[in-house]
Formats: sequence, structure tokens, C-alpha cells
Amino acid sequence: MQTTLAGHSALGAQPQTRSRRHALDNLTIALFLAPALVVFLTFVIYPIVRSVYYSLFNWKGFGPAVDFVGLHNYVGILSDEVFLKAAGNGFLIVALSLTLQLPLSLALALMVGRDLPGRAFFRTIFFMPYVISEVITAITWLGLYNPDPDRGFINALLVLIPGVKAVSWLGNTSTVMACLFVVLTWKYFGLHMLLYLAGLQNIPAEIEEAARIDGANRRQLLTYITLPLLGGTIRTTVYLSVVGSLQQFILVWIMTKGGPVNASEMMATYMYRFAFVRFSLGYGCAVALVMFLICLAFSLVYQRLARQPDYLGAI
Amino acid sequence: MATTYTHPSSTWRKNLPRFWQYFILSVCVVLIVVPLVILIFGSLKTRGEMYSRPYTLPIPPRWENYGKILGMASFWTMLRNSFLVMLGATSGVVLICSLAAFVFARTDFRGKGLAFNLLTVGIMFPINVAILPVYLVLRQMGLINNLWGIILVQVAFQLSGNILILRGFFAAVPVELQDAAYIDGCTAFDFFWRILLPLARPALSAVAALTMVVSWNDLLVPLVVIDKDVLWTLPLGTMQFQGQYGMDLNLVAAFVTLSAVPAVLFYIFAERQIVSGLTAGALKG
Repeated sequence: MQTTLAGHSALGAQPQTRSRRHALDNLTIALFLAPALVVFLTFVIYPIVRSVYYSLFNWKGFGPAVDFVGLHNYVGILSDEVFLKAAGNGFLIVALSLTLQLPLSLALALMVGRDLPGRAFFRTIFFMPYVISEVITAITWLGLYNPDPDRGFINALLVLIPGVKAVSWLGNTSTVMACLFVVLTWKYFGLHMLLYLAGLQNIPAEIEEAARIDGANRRQLLTYITLPLLGGTIRTTVYLSVVGSLQQFILVWIMTKGGPVNASEMMATYMYRFAFVRFSLGYGCAVALVMFLICLAFSLVYQRLARQPDYLGAI
Repeated sequence: MATTYTHPSSTWRKNLPRFWQYFILSVCVVLIVVPLVILIFGSLKTRGEMYSRPYTLPIPPRWENYGKILGMASFWTMLRNSFLVMLGATSGVVLICSLAAFVFARTDFRGKGLAFNLLTVGIMFPINVAILPVYLVLRQMGLINNLWGIILVQVAFQLSGNILILRGFFAAVPVELQDAAYIDGCTAFDFFWRILLPLARPALSAVAALTMVVSWNDLLVPLVVIDKDVLWTLPLGTMQFQGQYGMDLNLVAAFVTLSAVPAVLFYIFAERQIVSGLTAGALKG
């Protein structure tokens, strides 16, 4: 199913020249586009532009913003150790995702492959956490990580080993990020695996067949045929993973609130705290814009750098 | 899935490594399922059993936990709110995106590139980044404590990706069909409504299924938009319930399990649509 859709999308918008002759009149075009433009401009673009203005003020959110402070908020953010810690944590999650989570998903996708009996079952199970909400995921894992072995399953298993004591997984600055990363992996590896599976599905079996006839062994097949042909999918998952990791919020907020002592602070929890707990809305807007610029910069650079020849398009 | 390939020359590797493949995959299945199983077990115990034997099978199962949750009027209110938001967001996304995608796939006009780039720039930044700016605008518009506030924001942030998916699909419908329709006297709207949309039903249901999941699970937007408890959605209510009844872990477990049921059921029935929506969207972007 997904192959059909993806295949269709790959055709892109080629028939424009021909449809020109029964072009819609401008009024119809405007009417068709209007809802999307109105909603998008009002609830996506306008807020962001507006917050550029607010970010220049020391504003508590009541009445008009009058206390103009220029770029002071931005200076404050970039010199706040907590924010730098939050940004660092974001990049830590990015690094862990790229080095552990994606390879794991890819390995599992290759294992399930195209023809493993039971493929649909594994896919259904592995993808299930993605469909379960972040709230439920967070509450479930809060229970598992509970420091009391009578309440937290992980510690219950741990204390079975003689001489090992229960660990306060989320209450310890040195373990908290790793624990959150485990939860993120639990929830999101299925998505990446699903995308890899779809990518594998798009690789014509004939190519691998041909390579095998030419005497390629399994490793060569993987490095010279399968992985290059999965390139587009891998680039997509890297992109999703980076943007997703940088802006994690709900899981972290429910599980640790960024603690203990800011050890698991993320940029989004930092922003939320300033905006919705301390009501420093001007400052919060500045944080939002810094996050926004980081995501945008990454997107633009990545799209420029990662544009590679589309092997399958040439077939 | 639709196509299965068999590699005749690969039978040599089919026996021994297969065992390891299944072994590793089964370990992963266990790791995925155990947290959920513990949750469900917990939801079927009394508060005392939760402490005395927390990880054993819930025998006898205490269904009364579920009874308690289902007997709370607030649970049904949350369910209704979540449902209304999901319905609104999904119809909004399907309608607005298909109109826009039709224009981008099938017409040519000055400023098309600009409009397209503008509307699809949204795939570059998620709602988490923009939630405060969005909140300020909603407040300005008086949409705080209003389900419409949630719906509109969810629609706005789902537009970009779904326009991309649908445009790809619409563009693949043969032009000859459009020619034939126009010769037969169709207007542009007729063609869109009577021919294109029915043909695009798989793509539309993929977009709808995906939006439903995203909207149903969304916590962030309700969290900042709603503070009246009669307007809580299910994720928001789940979070509040956990805060309030933190001591009654069995009740929290029952609540969480019940609030997961709709999503899981929906996933089981609409897996194909969700999956095709996700893959089409991601492979496009």
C-alpha cells in the first residue's frame, strides 16, 4: 500500500504544462487556496512574526508590552547556563538517536526484511508505541523507573541480582538522560523502522538478484546495494530524528520536569517554564525563536547538504 | 504486504540465521510489550495488591477499577471533548488540504511557487517550537478555553505535510481524465468533487487516519489552551488524573489503560492507512 502512495508522490507535479489549457480562473484558485492560507497565516506565520516583536520586550503578559529591552533577552538566553545545558541535552539526544536508535531501527527493518514470515506481526507490535500517546508512555515509564522495587519493575529486576541496590533512575543526574533516551527509543524506533521497511519495499528485488548472481556476498549486498538504495529513506529518518529530538517536550515534562537540578532540561521545557510557569512571556518568545532558528538552520543546511542523486529514480 | 519476493538463491541462509532473527525480534517484542502488560496487570488489582504483589498476574481481576473510571462523568466528558476535537481537526485537514493540493497539482498561476513554499514551510518546524507564539495569538483572539482554539491550531500545523502528500497523489491522476471531464462539461469544481476526490480515497483516508492519531494524542495544545476541567481532552485529563490520584496507582493504571484503548483499537483497524500516510509523507519530505 505505502509503495503505491510513495510511487505516486514520486511522480511529482509533471502534468502542469498540459493542464494549463484548462486552467482554473483566478477566482476559483483563490477560493480553493483561501482556507489553507488563512489558517496557516493566522496560526503559524503570524504568531511567529508577532513573537519576534514580543521577544524584544520584558513582558509579563499583562497589558501591552512597553518595557523595551532590545536584544537583552537573547543575550540572557545565550549566557544562561541552564539554557546551554538544555541545548546540550538536545544535541545529546540527537547524537544518541543517530548512533543508536536509527541503526537499531535499520537493523530490525533489515531483519524483518521483505519476506520474513510474521513480518506484519512484528511491524504491528513495533509500531504500536508510536500510536500510544506521549502522556500514556510517560506515565507507564514513570512507573517502571520508580525507585522503590515494590513499585518499579526495573528496580524489581535489578535487586534480584545479589548485592545490587535499587537505583533512583530519574532522580539521579547521571542516569536521567539515558533513561529518557530509552523511553524515546521505545516510543519512536518503530516509526523509523516502518519507514525503512517502506524503503526496502521500494528496492526492486531484481537488483539484489543481479548482484547476487554477480557473486556479491551478503555484506557486499548490504553495503553496495541495499544501503545506497535506502539512502533517501535514511536521510529522511535522520532529519525527522534530529528535529524531533531537539524539540522534545511532553515526555520530559511529565517524567522529570527537566530535573533533577536541570539535568534533563530540554529547550522546550525551558521555554515552557519561562512562559507558562514564570510568565516571562517576552523571554519565552525569545527562547521560542532561538529554538525556531536552530531547527530552521538545520533544515536548510541539511536539505542543501543531503541532496544526493536519487538512485531509484534512474531505474 | 502487497509484494513478497522470494530469493531462490538465499535458501542457504534461511535456516540457522532465521533462528537468530526470530530470537532478536522476539526479545524486542518482549521489551515493547512488557511495560504495557505491567500497566494492564496493575489496572486489574486492588490498591493493596499493587503493593503486596505488584508484578504478578491479576488473579482475580478487579474489574471494579474500570467500573470506577467509567462511572466518572468527567471521563465521558473528556472522551467527548477529545472526539469533538479529533473530528473537527480531521475534517478541517482533509477539506482544506485537498482544496489546496488540488490547486497545486492541477493548475498554474502566477505566485504558485511562492504560495506552495509558504504553505509547506511548516514541515520544517513542529508545534512544540511555536506553542508560546501560538498561545499569545489565541489569547488575543479570545480562543482560550475553547475547543475551536485547539482544532484550529492542530489543523494549521498539520497543513504542510498533508498538502504535500495529497498534491503528490492528485498529480498522479492522469490528465486524460481531466480532459475527458472537461469535454463532458465538468466545471473545475465538478472535476475536483466528483472525480478527483473519489479517486483519491486511499490518500484521503491515509491523511485522515494520520490526523486522527495526531489530534487524539496531542497534549501540548490542550495543555496551554484549556484550563477549565469541563473542556479537558483525554490526554490532558490523563495527566491531571495522574497528578491527583498519584497514590492510587491501580486507578491511574486503569485510567491510562482505558484512555489508550481508543487509540489502540483505531490503530488495529486503520494500521494500513496510518502506515501509508506516514510513509507517503516522510518519503515526500
